Amino acid sequence: MSASPGPLLAFRNVFKIYGEGDTEVRALNGVNFEIHPGEFVAVMGASGSGKSTTLNILGCLDVPSSGTYDFMGVGVETLDRKQRALLRQNYIGFVFQGFNLLKRTTALENVELPLVYRGTPARERRRLAEEALGLVGLGDRMDHTSSELSGGQQQRVAIARALVTSPAVMLADEPTGNLDSQRTHEIMRLFRDLNEKRGITIILVTHEDDVAAFAKRHIRFKDGNIAYDGPPVPARAGAAA
Amino acid sequence: MNATTVRLALRELWANKMRTFLTCLGMIIGIGAVIALVTVGNGVTAQITSTLESLGNNLIFAFPGGPDGGGRGDNAPFDRDDVEAIRRGVPGVVDITPAAQQGVEATFGGYKAATVVEGGEASYFRIGLWRIAEGRFFGENEAGRSVCVIGKTVRDKLFAGGTAVGQRIRLGRVPCDVIGVLYPKGTSMFTGDQDDIVVMPLAAFQRRIQGSSDLFNIQISAATRADIPRVMDGVRQSLRASRGIGAEERDNFTVRDLQGFVQQAQSIFGYVTLFVSAVAAISLIVGGIGIMNIMLVSVTERTREIGIRLAIGAQERDVLMQFLTEAMILSTLGGLVGIALGLMLALLGVGLIGAPFLPSIGVIVGATLFSAAFGIAFGFFPARRAAKLNPIDALRYE
Repeated sequence: MSASPGPLLAFRNVFKIYGEGDTEVRALNGVNFEIHPGEFVAVMGASGSGKSTTLNILGCLDVPSSGTYDFMGVGVETLDRKQRALLRQNYIGFVFQGFNLLKRTTALENVELPLVYRGTPARERRRLAEEALGLVGLGDRMDHTSSELSGGQQQRVAIARALVTSPAVMLADEPTGNLDSQRTHEIMRLFRDLNEKRGITIILVTHEDDVAAFAKRHIRFKDGNIAYDGPPVPARAGAAA
Repeated sequence: MNATTVRLALRELWANKMRTFLTCLGMIIGIGAVIALVTVGNGVTAQITSTLESLGNNLIFAFPGGPDGGGRGDNAPFDRDDVEAIRRGVPGVVDITPAAQQGVEATFGGYKAATVVEGGEASYFRIGLWRIAEGRFFGENEAGRSVCVIGKTVRDKLFAGGTAVGQRIRLGRVPCDVIGVLYPKGTSMFTGDQDDIVVMPLAAFQRRIQGSSDLFNIQISAATRADIPRVMDGVRQSLRASRGIGAEERDNFTVRDLQGFVQQAQSIFGYVTLFVSAVAAISLIVGGIGIMNIMLVSVTERTREIGIRLAIGAQERDVLMQFLTEAMILSTLGGLVGIALGLMLALLGVGLIGAPFLPSIGVIVGATLFSAAFGIAFGFFPARRAAKLNPIDALRYE
């Protein structure tokens, strides 16, 4: 896959339209971008700008109304529900704002879950989950349930859960939205390390400039269109745009 | 389904213990009722069979009066000739005795016992499978003597712990020498107390107590159980001939074996079974709907969890299996508790009526499998709903 010169993901003239006639809402209005392996992208914009819709489509949870979304060269809009689920299972890792760990379940079990769905044998599952938890610095908390972990620790578990399958891309939806600024910076440093040291492709949705500052590329949405796509600009300039 | 799915499902159910229990209640009651009933039924059937077998050795008996409530002609009692015709003419008859009975008050000293005197020949004891505990039976050559063999109940009432054999008791006003005490057969709900009995030689009974030679009962032993139907038919033909019944006339007597009583008892129990089964079926259906309802609630409550699972790689099939597993575990738990409860009730029930406790492994295994299948059937609709959720909506669900 790394030998392939093409992009990892590509939006080509993607429209997403909800409703019809007078109530029609154009969430995405002909969006184009490419993301290459190893990139760390922050998707930004006000609420309603189209960034969440973009993330849903990127995560194969939704499909474009028109246009194409190429995932490693495959048009996702041509896939059925089951094929998209397989794509998520094998190539995508999700991190959510609300951590979304399972209740009454240990850190280790949460991280093992995606591997359970892949049918990985139990011993291999445990080894990979322990490795992923070690990577996010929770090697000593593996048997704690989510209620016994702090918010920052829960989000680390969620990141380990997204990592454990060695996905082609990690999608993070406001991953620091529920954390104070110190935890936010810890989590963002973790993302940056994973990107720089492990070469993991990360796409992060956020509306906070100091969070986006950790990324190497910014895509800013406005009213369903891309308003800016390029390297990070100083915060004041971004705010003024 | 794998170990992890089962473990997570158990944890989910344990976290909602009260809800789990209430949901299972319908299953518990339904399965419990069936298990209790079947187990008590087994015990009762075994009790009837063993009681009836203890009544006599391949026993056949005849009494006046047609099987359909009195045939044409008279319901006249039997006489000696009827008995002799059977004794000589019907093959396969091992023993035969005419018999008659009457209620009396037996007295000894100041003690009294209301009991039943039976008159029979010496073969009476062989046919009835009686054994002697003290003294002896009367013999063929004692037909006219005023002697008697008493049951344990009568012995206890008249003699307490003292000597019985050799004492002279009174049956009504008739004096009678006790020559033996019968080995007890015990009490059952179908025969009453079998040991509340006094047996006299038939001739003495007829002359001194009954005051006539009418015979209201003939008891016959067939050689083997397999011979019973053939011997019954022979007895019937013999009686028709000796009682002078024309070819066009119906029987004015009845010939039966114990199988008829077993069938009668079983058919009565069959109605009870049918009724309780109907109640149990309703309870199971209500229980199943309860499971379906609670699973639907659970799916709604856990919409977000389902969204997460779908996002991190669960296939529809995985979510379907998860909820089916939960429903199945729920109903199987209910079934197992129901089985335990049913067995306890049955133990109580058979203890009350003195029947043996005979749980059926087949029925228990069947009930367990049925419970599991029931959970799958009623869990399918909620599980399918969970599996078909749109991951975006599910993730957004608060």
